[in-house]
Amino acid sequence: MRKYRLGCSLAIALCGGLLAGCEYQETAQYVVQVAGSSTVSPVSSAVAEEADKVLGIKATVETTGTGPGMERLSRKECDISGASRPIKEKELEKCRQNGFEPIEFEICIDGLTVAVHPENTWCNCLTIEQLKKLWEFNSSVQKWSDLDPSWPNEDIKLFGPDHDSGTFDYFIEAVIGDVPEEQSPCRTDYTQSVNDTTLVDGVKGSKYSLGYFGFAYYLLNQQDLKALGIAKSADGSDCVVPTRETIGAGDYVPLSRPLFIYVNKESLLTKPEVAKFVDYYLNAGQSEVGEVGYIELPSERIDKARETLKQTLAERRN
Amino acid sequence: MNTANQAYQKQLRRRHAASSLFSAICLLAIWFALFMLALLLVGISLKMTGIWDPTGSGSGAGSRNWLTYTFLTEHMSRKPEQSGMIAGIWGSLWLMFMTGLFSIPLGIGAAVYLEEYAKNNAFTRFIRLNISNLAGVPSIVFGILGLTVFARMFGMFPDLPPRGIPLGIGVLKISIPFGKSLLTGSLTLTLMILPIIIIASQEALRSVPQSLRHAALALGATKWQTIWLQVLPASLPGIMTGIILALSRVIGETAPLIVIGAATYIRYNPGQMERVSDYLLKPQTLLDVPSSQFTAMPLQIFEWVSHQPNPDFKNVAAAAIVVLLLVLLIMNGLAVYIRHHFSKRLDW
Repeated sequence: MRKYRLGCSLAIALCGGLLAGCEYQETAQYVVQVAGSSTVSPVSSAVAEEADKVLGIKATVETTGTGPGMERLSRKECDISGASRPIKEKELEKCRQNGFEPIEFEICIDGLTVAVHPENTWCNCLTIEQLKKLWEFNSSVQKWSDLDPSWPNEDIKLFGPDHDSGTFDYFIEAVIGDVPEEQSPCRTDYTQSVNDTTLVDGVKGSKYSLGYFGFAYYLLNQQDLKALGIAKSADGSDCVVPTRETIGAGDYVPLSRPLFIYVNKESLLTKPEVAKFVDYYLNAGQSEVGEVGYIELPSERIDKARETLKQTLAERRN
Repeated sequence: MNTANQAYQKQLRRRHAASSLFSAICLLAIWFALFMLALLLVGISLKMTGIWDPTGSGSGAGSRNWLTYTFLTEHMSRKPEQSGMIAGIWGSLWLMFMTGLFSIPLGIGAAVYLEEYAKNNAFTRFIRLNISNLAGVPSIVFGILGLTVFARMFGMFPDLPPRGIPLGIGVLKISIPFGKSLLTGSLTLTLMILPIIIIASQEALRSVPQSLRHAALALGATKWQTIWLQVLPASLPGIMTGIILALSRVIGETAPLIVIGAATYIRYNPGQMERVSDYLLKPQTLLDVPSSQFTAMPLQIFEWVSHQPNPDFKNVAAAAIVVLLLVLLIMNGLAVYIRHHFSKRLDW
């Protein structure tokens, strides 16, 4: 066994050295880690690009969907998580268990857009009642004529986000409301995708289709899509079509929603790059919001987010 | 006599007909494959160059050439015209290099053991069977494995500060757990392609004639000398083929990288390298590569196709697909050359 002795001791020394090592002093700049919703990630990556060009702060953006993004945040695998719905109690609990508080910042407004094919001439407006009838669990609606007898007797092809998506959660809450835990929140016989572009392409592809996704995806594909107006009352008299104006003015209800970023408080206080990045996000970065296709927050709401940041950072100095 | 001849002629004609039918079917098979490939290449090239783009936005921006020089040198951007894939190119190259570094010695070593040393008993047969099974496991399963084992290390080391190994020219940083780094990516892909390399190497070793081993041993060579100087060089072309196929898979793989959390949007190259010369002049950049976050070409394509509201990004993705295919073609061409070079030296 003598000939193995040298090899073995070398191997053990190497493993030991790896584990013991020297503690590494981070000299390079910290890279801000962003994850989360595919609805928010276009904004985050636009801000990351400008922050890199203007301030030289590096950030990576990982598009995961709101749910998995929150999971990464709670595991401290990212500093910032984009969300298209408010954080859930369960997720908040998990973050606290891991010893930090997530801080919520509202960043912009999105209008969930229900879109159909541009050649769809019969339908311009749906009531919330009709939407609920269309999407609820075990829905009996298969054809357009099931929604309104004067509409064509053709199958509706449905496209919607999958269950990881915050867009899905928000839509279900706004349209269908509370559902029992053990039952699927909505019908299951439709094309689900985590990628909004897949939904856009699906709606583009058939005259009898219908789908819902973020406003930006409608805005940049306007020539191939038609957005439906949404009416709160049952007779459809108060129909509102999503536009920048109606969403910004708060008229497009209940499908307009705020988008959020959740920031790990610990990183915000200990890593100056994260603080600078969030600061940029809420100030100069706000000009990217409109360009990407979302609607800027009214000034009092963005001021509230800036105030939250200021107060949190004040803790650092104490 | 005459009728017997006629019957023979008839049968002969039938046999020839069957023969030409079979060759026609085979020809059709190859033409089908080629036609589909040509369809893909032509379609992608048309979309990339903006000559013909029926599915495009029609905004006018689509009808330009997307594969420009800046596309190869710029980082990702929210504006389709300014987007580039430099981080993906470097990420994919490093991923392939590091995966090769881990998987080639392990793969060949395992194959040599199984073919040259292991006794042919039930246990060895069990291992062989399982290696073949592993080769068929979907890549996303390896992604989940990599996430748990390498990226998170079962959550055993929370808040452990990164380790540094001083190497004279700089400090090799290793964070434990490995996180979303190139190291995690390449180790995960190593696990994925190991079975392919092992199986191919085993086949290659098996094809070396037994007489070669006997001759070497008869001349007094040790088993080590026989394997290292005779068997391995003789089987190298076959082993190389396996390695090339495996590494090509590494370049094209997306699913496991998404699972381990590789960035879809990133504005720096591995190790924060800004110029290629940085790897030589600033060795610390080179040492930072394994612990660096990364993206890869297929991930960028995925991002552009699926997560960008602007439809012009589909043209950007088309250009990226062409670049990916070109890199694959270059890699495979290089490998074919190397293989040819090695097989020329064989003369037995």
